[in-house]
Amino acid sequence: MNPLGRKALARLVGSQLPRDSFVNLGIGAPTQIADFVPPAAGVILHSENGLLNMGPAPLPGHEDWDLISASKSPVTLAPGGAFFDSSLAFAMMRGGHIDVAVLGAFQVSQRGDLANWSTGLDDGEPPGIGGAIDLAVGARSIWVMMDHVARDGAARVVAECTLPLTATRVVKRIFTSLAVIEVTAEGLEVSALLDGIGLDQLQACTGAPLRTAARVGSIAADGGLHWP
Amino acid sequence: MRNAVVTDAAAAIAGLRDGHTVMVGGFGGAGMPPAIVRAVADLGVRNLTLVSNNAGASGDDLSLWFRQGLVRKIICSYPRNAKDFGAQYRAGAVELELVPQGTLVERIRAGGAGIGGFLSPVGVGTLFAAGKQSISVGGRDYLLELPLRADFAFVKGREADTLGNVTYNKAARNHCAVMATAADTVAVEVDRIVEPGALDPESIVTPCIFVDRVFVGVTA
Repeated sequence: MNPLGRKALARLVGSQLPRDSFVNLGIGAPTQIADFVPPAAGVILHSENGLLNMGPAPLPGHEDWDLISASKSPVTLAPGGAFFDSSLAFAMMRGGHIDVAVLGAFQVSQRGDLANWSTGLDDGEPPGIGGAIDLAVGARSIWVMMDHVARDGAARVVAECTLPLTATRVVKRIFTSLAVIEVTAEGLEVSALLDGIGLDQLQACTGAPLRTAARVGSIAADGGLHWP
Repeated sequence: MRNAVVTDAAAAIAGLRDGHTVMVGGFGGAGMPPAIVRAVADLGVRNLTLVSNNAGASGDDLSLWFRQGLVRKIICSYPRNAKDFGAQYRAGAVELELVPQGTLVERIRAGGAGIGGFLSPVGVGTLFAAGKQSISVGGRDYLLELPLRADFAFVKGREADTLGNVTYNKAARNHCAVMATAADTVAVEVDRIVEPGALDPESIVTPCIFVDRVFVGVTA
């Protein structure tokens, strides 16, 4: 069984966002989730550069470079949207007003420690932290979206992060290309598995002990989640 | 009557000297004042401390300042994807103070609001706690973050009136509205200047008490 691709994983995460919730999608892979949130879900997207109710990309030729996302791509404002300054944008994060933030990650520990900022040590670029750290600390629920293992096959769900941390004990739920894993006080709990993958196989590429939840969903190749 | 209008970008930056601390608004290009950025590059002042969310991309932006070696230190949250800054950084020619974005803007807000510092949970248990005082309140750990002020703040607005009241355009408000409170001299590049009374008072985001100079930038 092939791991979920980025689109299928984005569809999986998008289908799980709570109705009428305020959500921030981190830069990188999570941005794509916006394409898969059902309109009926009523999700309101927040952007760190001062947007609430961010809409999709404009049609070609209608770009406004004063109306961009955190990824600095042109976007639109949905009906009922609002603009505000960066101080208020971050007050919404730290003040616990964002229901869910979905972030990319390099590593997540079994206690929910998050390592997801670019230190520049690997690519020779300057480091950058941006606003992901404020989201990680402040949003009410932190979900991570990432490939289950690194390109070299190393586990990314680990007992202890070896990379510099973004925040400690913040991740609640990990959506990987192979499974959905809940971070609980008793450790990591698998709540859904990609079709064709067994817990033993998942455990073999995970750096911390896993146990299964009382009910385990199955994830289809297109990112659809089905319950037994 | 108060009149904050100056003729051009060169007049807007008058008094800027070597060694000054300068805030430049913007999130990427949105909110960055292009004519002011070019005027500073033309003036060629050096040893600046720059406070900005980003460090330019690779074009007609803060990249100019790095290409010319005007900046000694940058206080910034996300200086990646910045070709000219990156080259200076790798050469050890510019110092970087990397600050979480929410902490950066709140430090500026504190500087403009007369607050001597604040306690933030952001960075606890990470490298960003290094050198900072940790204070526990109600069982939660916080870091003491100190205010930021500057000699000059340069931001982009949409409209100003001659008194210096400023509105912004969409998401170009970002750090601009906060930086405009936190410098000894605040200069705002706008698209249009109108008479007092022509702006809807409800739409004014930066009241003129914060603004020293406004001018119309030449739009490309």
